[in-house]
Amino acid sequence: MRIVVLVKPVPDPASAGERLGPDGRLDRAAAPAVVNGNDEYVLEAALKLIEAAGEGEITLLSMAPTNAPETLRKALAMGATRAVHVTDPALAGSDHVSTAKVLAEALGTLEFDMVFAGIDSSDGVGGVVPAGVAAHLGLPYLSYAAKIEPDMAGRTVRVRRISATGYDVLEAPLPVVIGGTQALGEPRYPSLKGIMAARNKEIVTKSLGDLGLDAAGLGGAVATTAVLDSRQPPARAATEVVRGTPAEGAARIVDFLAERRLI
Amino acid sequence: MPPVTDSPLPTYRLTEEQVLLRDAVRTLADERVAPRAAEIDKTGEFPEDLRQLLAAQDILALPFPEESGGLGGDLLTVCLAVEQLSRACATTGLILAVQELASLPLLIAGTNEQKDRFIPKLASGEQLIAFALTEAEAGSDVAAIRTTATRDGDDYVINGSKRFISHGSVADLITVFAATDADAETPRRDRLSCFIVEVPTPGFAVTRIEHKMGMRGSPTAELAFDGVRVPAANRIGDEGAGFGLAMKTFDRSRPGIAAQAVGIAQGALEVATAYAHDRKQFGKRIGDLQMVGAMLADMDAATEAARQLLYKACVEIEAGAPDASRWSAMCKLVAGDAAMRVTTDAVQVLGGYGYIDEFPVERMMRDAKLTQLYEGTQQIQRLVIARALLGKDT
Repeated sequence: MRIVVLVKPVPDPASAGERLGPDGRLDRAAAPAVVNGNDEYVLEAALKLIEAAGEGEITLLSMAPTNAPETLRKALAMGATRAVHVTDPALAGSDHVSTAKVLAEALGTLEFDMVFAGIDSSDGVGGVVPAGVAAHLGLPYLSYAAKIEPDMAGRTVRVRRISATGYDVLEAPLPVVIGGTQALGEPRYPSLKGIMAARNKEIVTKSLGDLGLDAAGLGGAVATTAVLDSRQPPARAATEVVRGTPAEGAARIVDFLAERRLI
Repeated sequence: MPPVTDSPLPTYRLTEEQVLLRDAVRTLADERVAPRAAEIDKTGEFPEDLRQLLAAQDILALPFPEESGGLGGDLLTVCLAVEQLSRACATTGLILAVQELASLPLLIAGTNEQKDRFIPKLASGEQLIAFALTEAEAGSDVAAIRTTATRDGDDYVINGSKRFISHGSVADLITVFAATDADAETPRRDRLSCFIVEVPTPGFAVTRIEHKMGMRGSPTAELAFDGVRVPAANRIGDEGAGFGLAMKTFDRSRPGIAAQAVGIAQGALEVATAYAHDRKQFGKRIGDLQMVGAMLADMDAATEAARQLLYKACVEIEAGAPDASRWSAMCKLVAGDAAMRVTTDAVQVLGGYGYIDEFPVERMMRDAKLTQLYEGTQQIQRLVIARALLGKDT
């Protein structure tokens, strides 16, 4: 079983490290990077599958700035086998279109049965890269997987997607791209042995040239989105909490709206 | 002979590996241990869930050699882990500290056969081990031990009782010190031997669990040995070598208690600092009032001084310094006193809130006191240091 897990280093949400630089781009140096939350969940799912099968390999794939290996080691410490790190100065400021293209090209150099990806990242919150990757590769895309059940002998995989009334079951032939969220379950802490072993695991670095890609059609220069402005949300004014019976509540709400001439 | 003061290792730096391990334990302590600390203290229950967590994360593997399934961590690395755990919960830090303490006789003097037999399950955390030296009438006066181990064929038969044994009721292996030589001519210090007793076993019983001031989640037990048979193959070291083995053990285990004390102090300092930052009186945050600021400054300096002495002591002891006992006693002395002072001041900084269990500092103060008492009282530490300074009376 060979699983590639797409991994993105992001500013640690817990340390409120998301800061925009003067160019409207995320200042990635402002806070130490961690593995994107959703990527940890899908990595955990991959690790559980390998453990249950008693065999298999997990390759991490990341398109990220040069300091990514420090963050990738954390994911390697959880138990992944190796990492591929695509990095190139031309890729700074890439939008999701560039990112999907580059990741798809990198996947073309790897052998895999499944690609796991977090549905979105906590900094970009685009939610489209996994679909874009699948489209480029012409692979089925099973999104919002809450449970992943591969059948290696039959060369298919089933995922459960939670719906309003229960869950749907989707099935596709391998290879596939699967997008997952926290519904997949809590990721493990890297054990100390895992942390020590991660120091010796392979991280292969690839530039655009290594992938045979032309920098001209990629990166910040051709980004299809631009940050125009950013503002702090306005400070919350004092709120009034209405308690009591529904009748009392309704009366108070009507008064509130009437005072403001809204009704 | 005055001790060597010009150490060939004047400075040290934490290796990248030590930083990684320390940070991993810190994260675990913050996210999984800290939320349980108050409850552990309140219920006095041994945190079996956290013991499993430490085992699963390989933290209990730190003190053991790699070839037996351990992580081969040196003394400083083990202490870094104990410090980070103790910052969140002293009881949890003690789980690692006792696992190390009680294994040290085996690691120091065990045969390869004994190490192969016992270490793998200790390193995996599947088994816990306790250190049974102290008796009701033999605390500081170790040579006064009265528990006996009488040779009978291929076994020894152990009779006696031990008091104040950490983890005595949850351990699978007990490192027991008993007198194998009943001859009145033999000097007291040459009468003791060391054994590993596998429990449960006929004649062994836990007769009491103490209700303590602090570290309440760590079970402190009285153990009875009534005709307990232990194979001679479980004797660690030679007959009569027990006292020396215990002293060598303390050279390496006292830093573990110092690490626990530094961790407790750091935890208390952080709570007090956060409180002084947020609490406003007289129109300003209380940390800006000089008497409070001075307390915090002294707390920080005392904690850092204890920490640096501990780290330096670990490096010296690991390098085989001839005055290892002096380093070991000094770091435990300074850290224990620092922890008591810092936690007491932390309660003071929090004022009335420091006295109630809504805030953790009163627990930390109760926990800190034990670091001045066990693994050699502060008074014993002073004896050791004074002897090292003065040398033997010739």
